[in-house]
Formats: sequence, C-alpha cells, structure tokens
Amino acid sequence: MTVARFWREQENRYNLIGVKCGNCGKIYFPPKDMCTDCHRLSLGKMTGHKISGTGKVVTYSIVHEGPEAFKMQIPYIMAIIELDEGTRITGQIVDCEPEDVKIDMPVHTVFRKIHEEGKSGVIHYGYKFRPTIPIKSESKKED
Amino acid sequence: MRDVAVIGIGLTKFGELWDRSFRELGIEAGLEAIEDSGIAGKDIGALYIGNMSAGRLIAQEHIAPMVSEQVGLTLGNIPATRVEAASASGGLAFRQGFIDVASGLHDIVVVGGAEKMSDVGPEVITETLASGADQEWEAFFGATIPSLFAMMARRHMVEFGTTVEQLAAVAVKNHKHGSLNPKAQFQGEINMDVALKAPFVAEPLRMFDCAPVSDGAAAVVLCALERAKDYTNQPIKISGTGQATDTFALHDRKSLTTMAATKAAAARAFKMAGKKPGDIDVIEVHDSYTIAEIMAIEDLGIVDKGKGGPAVEEGLTALEGEFPVNTSGGLKARGHPHGATGVAQVVEIVAQLKGIADKRQVKDAKVGLTHNIGGTGGTAVVHILEAV
Repeated sequence: MTVARFWREQENRYNLIGVKCGNCGKIYFPPKDMCTDCHRLSLGKMTGHKISGTGKVVTYSIVHEGPEAFKMQIPYIMAIIELDEGTRITGQIVDCEPEDVKIDMPVHTVFRKIHEEGKSGVIHYGYKFRPTIPIKSESKKED
Repeated sequence: MRDVAVIGIGLTKFGELWDRSFRELGIEAGLEAIEDSGIAGKDIGALYIGNMSAGRLIAQEHIAPMVSEQVGLTLGNIPATRVEAASASGGLAFRQGFIDVASGLHDIVVVGGAEKMSDVGPEVITETLASGADQEWEAFFGATIPSLFAMMARRHMVEFGTTVEQLAAVAVKNHKHGSLNPKAQFQGEINMDVALKAPFVAEPLRMFDCAPVSDGAAAVVLCALERAKDYTNQPIKISGTGQATDTFALHDRKSLTTMAATKAAAARAFKMAGKKPGDIDVIEVHDSYTIAEIMAIEDLGIVDKGKGGPAVEEGLTALEGEFPVNTSGGLKARGHPHGATGVAQVVEIVAQLKGIADKRQVKDAKVGLTHNIGGTGGTAVVHILEAV
C-alpha cells in the first residue's frame, strides 16, 4: 500500500470518523459519500460523525493461516462487531484468549498497530477491539 | 433474444500441475472443446475468458489475446475479452458468451476459464484471494476469505444448530464424488474422522472444509440453438441465466447466513427457464467452503433455510440422493482454479445431461443448474441447462 493511500484513510481509522445522513439520520462507518437508502436526497448532506467505538460481537473466527503481514499474530481473532450506532465493522479482538471470545460479548475499540509491510515498510495503525468486561480465562483460574 | 446451446466441452485435469503453464492449460481445454463441437476455427465469432488474477498469480495481464493467439484464433482477428469477478469469473464469462450469441451478434462463441495458482506461495495466494473481499475495510485488518466464511459458519451454527459434523459431511460426500471423476484434483475418499481432525484454517473451518489451491482450465463452445443441429445431435440448451450483486463487505449484510445475490440470481434464472427448484436433476454449487455448499442449497431453494446441514447428513445431495450436488467433486475435490471453476461447472452439467458422466452419471438427468459466487458472495451467477 502506498503512503498516500494509507494517509487518505487514516482520519477514519485513527479517529473513528464516520458519516451521518442529513436526510434520514442513518450513520455509516466506514463513511460513504451517499446514503444508500436516500440516494440523491442525501447528496451534500453527509456530515462527519464520531463513532462511539463500543459494540458487541456478532460473529468471529480464529485465524490460523494468514497473510505474510499477519504471520506473527497467528492465531488471532477476527470478528464482525455491531457498534452501538447500529453499523457493523470487521476487526480483530485483542487482550482476549481465543477460547474466551463469545457472541454478544461487549467490546470497545483500542488504538493498535495493525501490521507492517516488511522490515522497512509502512507501519499501519488503526482500531482493534478488546473485551469491555475483563475476562478471567477458565484455564488461567486453575493456575 | 434467441436460444443458445452448448455444443462442445473441454476440461484439463485439475491439480497442482507444476509442469504445466497457464498457456498450455488454456490451449488444452480450448482445443478439446472445439474438437468436441466439430466446428472449424473460422466459425468462431468471439472468445471470452474467465480469469481472476493472472496479474498477481503469473504476473501477466492482457491474457485474452494471448490465449486467442495460442489457439490460432488471431488469424481472423476475432474479439477476445477477459472477464473478472473474483471466483465467479468463469460463470460470468459463460454468461457474457451467452449474451453475445443470444443477442445475435455472433453465431458461435468460445468461452474459456483458466487459473494458474501454484506458481506462488501460500501467503501470496491468501493475499490474492483476500483481494476479492474489501481490501480497505476487511483484508486490511487481517480478514482472510476463509475467516469470512468461518464467520458465516459460526452464525449458521448459532441460528440453525448446524454442526461441524454436517460441515465435514459435505467434504466427505464431495471427495467421494471426486474419486469417480478422473479429472478431479483429489482421487481418494476421506472419512469423517480425517475431516474432523484436520488442522484449523480459520475456526471453525478446518483444512477439509476448504477448497484447495489448483491449476486448471475449462472451455465450452456456444452456438445459436437454431444452428446447433448442424454440429451435434445432443445440444444442451441454456434455458436460464441469472446474475446478481450484494454488499461488497460481509459485515454490511442484513443476514450472515443467506446470500442475497444467490437468491436473486437463482430467481432470475428460474423465471427465465420457467422452472422451479424441484425440477432440477443435477446441481453444481460453489463449495469453496463446506458452509458455502450448505448455504447455497438453501438459498437456491433446494431445501428450506437452516435445513442444509441435515440434508447433507441424510444423503439428499449425494450422487444417489434426490438432488445430487457437486457430482464432479465440486470445488472441494475436483479443485478450484478460480477463473476455470464456473466454466468447469457447466462442463460437468453438460456431461451429465448428455449421459456421458460415466461412474458418476445421474440417471435420467434432464435439467441441471450451476451456481458460482465471487468473493464472499458480492457476485452470484446461476445457470439452468436442459437437454433438448
């Protein structure tokens, strides 16, 4: 990914800025230039909207075979999160053992390094999710 | 719009074919289809080629004239077009060929599909396939195609009680079918124990829940039905075609257990053909992952939503069942060279309808269906074919 592409997207990824449709009030994250319900009625009325970053797990998978840039993180938890605003996004869940992630578990965003492009490449940052209620792992309780 | 028929088919062996190049595979399938149809090279009006990612997998773009020249078609300077829709590239190329002949632009068209995947390592494969998902809002964060299907599988388990044994049953069935297909990548059967103990790719999906990395090519010759009898006494009519889209990113779907694109494409194809799900004798669906076959038979209307898992377990979709699904072995066992897959599905259905499918022949098959999806279901293409 070029530096310019990374730079273009960083406002949304760093600060969780989505958009709100001025016609129907629907909130989008990732942002869209047009409301997909209101179409032309929304043109020029999509305004920046800060996303809360809190939500719950809709579904998840533990990734055991991943791309080169994510190899060091394997196994990692990918999930689809429904934010309090109603919109859904994809991201990793961290600070949580794979066996402890549950559907409907409350989570919130944290700012983390996502991956880096090789030893001298661009380092990408963005959001990941962590459990809102600290988890006591079953396996760790026994220790 | 006029009727269109398939009058010739060609298929290479699928597998990790280290000693064979993209060009060689394309030529073999193309020439076999042309030979099978009995047409002459000069009869061909146009060429369509389904291919997902030659640019990343063999560092070659602009493959349409390359293939056209290799099969000797540049002589007539015919139009040659590459069609791309990730893993639905082949099915979509077939549809473009159909539209071309149906419109009356050309009488005879060749449709090919090819992919050479084994020239790159597994990480490049994972990244390339992930480019069929949303690069900026899914893959960027580490999502892979198997992990996205795994997330659908988990929802399916929660909402309908689908089990890992039912997922494994899809793999066991398709490997059994593949063992009867000499062109299939995998020639051996597997049992439930092997499938359920294989290493995880993306939980809850294990290795045998996922289609392999494959090389291969497939081709068909399409002809206006009114002229088809000049070449064959067994033309297979394309009686319905349907194509549809859905949200690009999986997370934007209202339901994670239904593919709206499959439902819409199927509805269009059934309406055009004047058929209903119960009329179909043999089916090739897009089982890139075992959960994808379960969702496909539900969304195509073969079984009710949520009943896909039990249907597989009870043998409804086995070769000897009421609705045989993936008699070729499917993407799972025949192999999944992405651009070739959609065309290879048509090759299998045509063989079934002509009664030449040998050990895996479905008795008295008259109507068949193919279902090909791109990425996580952002594109779906459905075709209904009939013996006439």
